Amino acid sequence: MARFFREVTRNRYCYLLVLPAMAYVFLFSYATYPYLLIAFQRFDYRKGLLNADWVGLDNFRFFFQSNDAMRVTLNTIQLNVLFLVAVTVVSVALALLFNEIRSKLFAKFAQTTMIFPSFLSWIIVSYMMYSLFASDYGIINQGLAALGLTPVNWYSTPNAWPAILVGMKVWKDAGMSSIIYLAAIAGIDGSLYESADIDGATRWQKTIRITLPLLAPTVAILTLLNLGKIFYGDFGMIYALIGDNGVLYPTTDVIDTYVFRALRQIGDPSNAAAVGLFQSTVGLLLVFIANWLTRRFFKEGALY
Amino acid sequence: MTAGKRTRIRIGTPLIYAALTLFALACLLPMLLTLAVSLSDEDSIVAHGYRLLPDRWSLDGYRTILVNGGLIFRGYLISFIVTIAGSFLALFVTALAAYPMANPSVKYRNVLALYFFITMLFNGGLVPWYLMCTRLGLTNNLLALIVPSLMFNAFNLFLVKNFMESLPGALRESAYIDGANDLRIAFRIYMPLCTPVLATVTLFYALAYWNDWFNAIMLVDDKRLYPLQYILFQMRSNIQMLDMLPNGATTDYTLPAESAKMATVILTIGPIVFLYPYLQRYFTKGLIIGSVKG
Repeated sequence: MARFFREVTRNRYCYLLVLPAMAYVFLFSYATYPYLLIAFQRFDYRKGLLNADWVGLDNFRFFFQSNDAMRVTLNTIQLNVLFLVAVTVVSVALALLFNEIRSKLFAKFAQTTMIFPSFLSWIIVSYMMYSLFASDYGIINQGLAALGLTPVNWYSTPNAWPAILVGMKVWKDAGMSSIIYLAAIAGIDGSLYESADIDGATRWQKTIRITLPLLAPTVAILTLLNLGKIFYGDFGMIYALIGDNGVLYPTTDVIDTYVFRALRQIGDPSNAAAVGLFQSTVGLLLVFIANWLTRRFFKEGALY
Repeated sequence: MTAGKRTRIRIGTPLIYAALTLFALACLLPMLLTLAVSLSDEDSIVAHGYRLLPDRWSLDGYRTILVNGGLIFRGYLISFIVTIAGSFLALFVTALAAYPMANPSVKYRNVLALYFFITMLFNGGLVPWYLMCTRLGLTNNLLALIVPSLMFNAFNLFLVKNFMESLPGALRESAYIDGANDLRIAFRIYMPLCTPVLATVTLFYALAYWNDWFNAIMLVDDKRLYPLQYILFQMRSNIQMLDMLPNGATTDYTLPAESAKMATVILTIGPIVFLYPYLQRYFTKGLIIGSVKG
């Protein structure tokens, strides 16, 4: 204890500097943990945390016995896996293509265009998406009509939405994440390519035999990192693009939108907290598994 | 066999350019379409739908916002205030905390790192966060848009910390010998040297604030406090649009709803386009450091 005080007084200014961040994290993370207890209560805003009635596991039972539990859990995982695979495949492909380009000006121009969507909010994207998919004015339905096909009422066709959402995700994120892979490719030892040239390797062979294998660890590490987040739906994306369009819930409703509705629209904080706790717990478990896998296979890429 | 291979390579290069051009165009097209709709005449939208090249161009969408868009202007102002105040505060909190964590003479710096790191792995979720915000009185005021969620990000902290660790330790030690204390060293030596990474982090924060609507949807009910993004969220149906343009609802005047909506979108993207050269440079740099090397 004396050593603790000696250290704190000796570096008092340093601890002073870190104090605002510590206080912030304490308030908005650590100090919120006790509120998780309301998952086991019938919480009432007027009574508060300490005087609420305890109901054991009722809130969890309510959720898991409803039809929603399976739907939102599966949707969350399904959409995240699709996003992860699609964005990774497209952005690695883009990076490999950019790597073959000699024209600096073209590369710069193409990258500038591809990165731009990642700076937009999902609300903005929802308007752009609407200009494509709107049933009356949208470009896609105009195209379908011009080809003599029946226009589709996209916003009431749930089965189309996993594909549309994947497309929007790729549209927004692939350009930016290709930059990361391109940086990893730039870090590959150039002498490997030189000796491959001497051996008469074609460009295709160099890509398949040198670039891809050496890029694989980066891909794997980033994928594993994202695997840890697979239980968290992208609320900003789903709620901006889908909103309260209940017709689309069967394929698009995720845990996070369900929790949001339970809290803000249905007004049942205890049920919302129970689902949230379920999500955080499984989420933490997945982070551990993902990190264990990363450490097992790529020592330097592990999170901790 | 070899001949076949060679021809494939020769047609390969144009194909690569074509594929990249195609993807770039796909990224650009929805944005151009939005811009075109915002500049379209409302009647030609109703007649033909959204077009990249409308029959008649018109500035009515922008004019409507200019004349009737009281709340939209207010939203712009709110967004600017929140973005500027928020990113400044966030930069302050982050930069200050990074210095001690990069200082080897601070014995508990690993404990501190763990303290921040745990919050990246586990959070209580939406409900505890929401209850805490209401408990702290962060509802229906400007602070509710600035303080929760966005004012500190552990990822950014580690980004700045890693950069500071790459600076030579002799800087600090010689300053110690000259009698400077840590406050002086942090502000006079480290902060100026960290300008590139601090610029990156500030842009990260600023973009997060500008694009945020989560705090608004969770914590703000008062229309006069809606930031631009949340106004757009609310405006998606035309009925809600009328609500946002209170003077436009006269019977003898058709509101150019479609073009005005898209005009608001364009105005919201405006500052991002304006800052785009910086965003592109610093963002990609920070992202690469954070994900590949970090």
